[in-house]
Amino acid sequence: MAQRIDTMPAGADQLGTTGMPRHQVAALAAMVAFFALAPYVLAATPFGYPIFLMKVMCFALFACAFNLLLGYVGLLSFGHAAYFGMASYASGHAAKVWGFPPELAILFGTGVAAALGLAFGWLAIRRQGIYFAMITLALAQLVYFFSNQAPFTGGEDGIQAIPRGRLLGMIDLLPDMAMYYFVMAVFIGGFLLIYRIVHSPFGNVLKAIRENEPRAVSLGYRVDHYKLAAFVLSAALAGLAGATKAIVFRLASLTDVLWTMSGEVVLMTLVGGLGTVFGPVIGAFTIVTMQNTLAHLGDWVTITQGLIFVACVMLFRRGIVGEIGRIIRKPL
Amino acid sequence: MGAFLQRTLDAIADPFFWQDLLAQGVLGVYNGATYAILSLGLAVIFGLLNIINFTHGAQYMMGAFGAWLLLQFLGVNYWVALIVVPIVVGASGIVIERLLLKHLYKLDHLYGLLLTFGLALIIQGLFRNEFGVSGVNYGRVPELSGSLDLGFMIMPIYRLWVVAIALAVCLGTWFVIERTKLGAYLRAGTENPALVQAFGINVPRMITLTYGAGVGLAAFAGVLAAPISQVAPLMGADLIIVVFAVVVIGGMGSIMGSIVTGFGLGIIEGFTKFFYAEASNVVIFVIMAIVLLVKPAGLFGRTN
Repeated sequence: MAQRIDTMPAGADQLGTTGMPRHQVAALAAMVAFFALAPYVLAATPFGYPIFLMKVMCFALFACAFNLLLGYVGLLSFGHAAYFGMASYASGHAAKVWGFPPELAILFGTGVAAALGLAFGWLAIRRQGIYFAMITLALAQLVYFFSNQAPFTGGEDGIQAIPRGRLLGMIDLLPDMAMYYFVMAVFIGGFLLIYRIVHSPFGNVLKAIRENEPRAVSLGYRVDHYKLAAFVLSAALAGLAGATKAIVFRLASLTDVLWTMSGEVVLMTLVGGLGTVFGPVIGAFTIVTMQNTLAHLGDWVTITQGLIFVACVMLFRRGIVGEIGRIIRKPL
Repeated sequence: MGAFLQRTLDAIADPFFWQDLLAQGVLGVYNGATYAILSLGLAVIFGLLNIINFTHGAQYMMGAFGAWLLLQFLGVNYWVALIVVPIVVGASGIVIERLLLKHLYKLDHLYGLLLTFGLALIIQGLFRNEFGVSGVNYGRVPELSGSLDLGFMIMPIYRLWVVAIALAVCLGTWFVIERTKLGAYLRAGTENPALVQAFGINVPRMITLTYGAGVGLAAFAGVLAAPISQVAPLMGADLIIVVFAVVVIGGMGSIMGSIVTGFGLGIIEGFTKFFYAEASNVVIFVIMAIVLLVKPAGLFGRTN
């Protein structure tokens, strides 16, 4: 039996009945404080730019959703762009053409992603390991071709000028700072939901499947039901990120459904640390920063991403947060 | 969908219907030849290395560019390129295996996928940086230009050649693996590497050479594609995803299965182009979904 993917050892991240461990509470507080204050405190630096931070939070949520599947169930989906991108189209279309308010548009996008995740997950869990990755990638490519041809996606142009609208009919989201705190609420809400899922009895079964699937079967768990439930949750949360992103940037485009996007979310999670709570957030921050810094160099963004992939797999499989967790001997 | 039905009914009554259908099917065999060679290479590599080679599409592209570079800068013709390029690209694969892949065999399969995906990004990025997105034109092969009147269609000789040589290479690979002593070692190595090693076979070297050969096959397909498609940095990127679907449909357990599935899906894709062109680039993914429902292990796969 090959060594499983490098994550926190099972048991090390048990929540038990004591709630969130203190060092994680501290890390969470630091993260919330950072995102709450960064637009003011770091206003003079590129890191304080609200649009940049909103992009980071959308991708951080996307990566956390992906990590739920890879880090905690051991399933590598290489097609998560499908849920992110379709939710982005769905919420963009709902907001622009049907005139949905932003909260309903985002909910609609999330629902579309969940439905798609149910269909694709149901197919993909029939195979394991490497085949699972290839199947999810192929199904995502199906979604890409569909998006390229379907009338409502706008083809190469995408859906542009999506209105941000008024939240609950009251708060105008057009000013960036209003939008910012709404995105932050969505991100922190999604983050805590994933934390809760992972540390619930349901989450423990998921980790048991990751560690030893035949054993979980022999203990009487319906492994396929758990895998599918995790897949749908992950797709829905990826959709939540994509739908929010469409409202923030007022754009849904083919880039969101392309295989490169699926690769990016894998990279973010890998860089931050598979199966860590805060890793995907750090990973998203790192990769988005890298993309912004190198954007003017064109193809070097892709090349650098490839190099980071190679470096992470060869030398650095625990990722940034995984390494920190190892040093302080506490799971983060 | 109504228009589609009407079109189908009209078509069957048309005397040229069967002729055109057959023509599309024959053209589909050409795509099938590419799928067969590429999925064969993936299957051979997976058998021994337990790694899905995501770099395969990039190595196919390197084959096409290799042929172009040889012609452009050294004046080396197509026929020499057909031999030299797979060897050179295969050698670059051997370097990758020795430097990187060999450290991953004891880890989860997923790391091999992630590493080779990263390598594909690097290679494709470097080529795009050098040659731009649209790439270059190889031009024709003088000895193989022109076309043949088959009665029901005009068949470009080059495509006929590709199908013939691809078939020969596929069957040759099948023969080596299934019918020779070397192939017996390979198959034994797939089943139980430790035991084969105990018999005094140098398994690590066999693994290295297998990866080189699989990569060489991808480059060979790239050289074959160069004269009739745009030689572009991303030419293999979408193709490899289709080939993944082909591999899922066929299952990687059987060499002949890979060949039959590759050619068969090419033909089905050709027919789809005829009936409903919009669906032709998704039909293989749809077939994959159906196969997963009916026979999850794949048409030729063993249940795990």
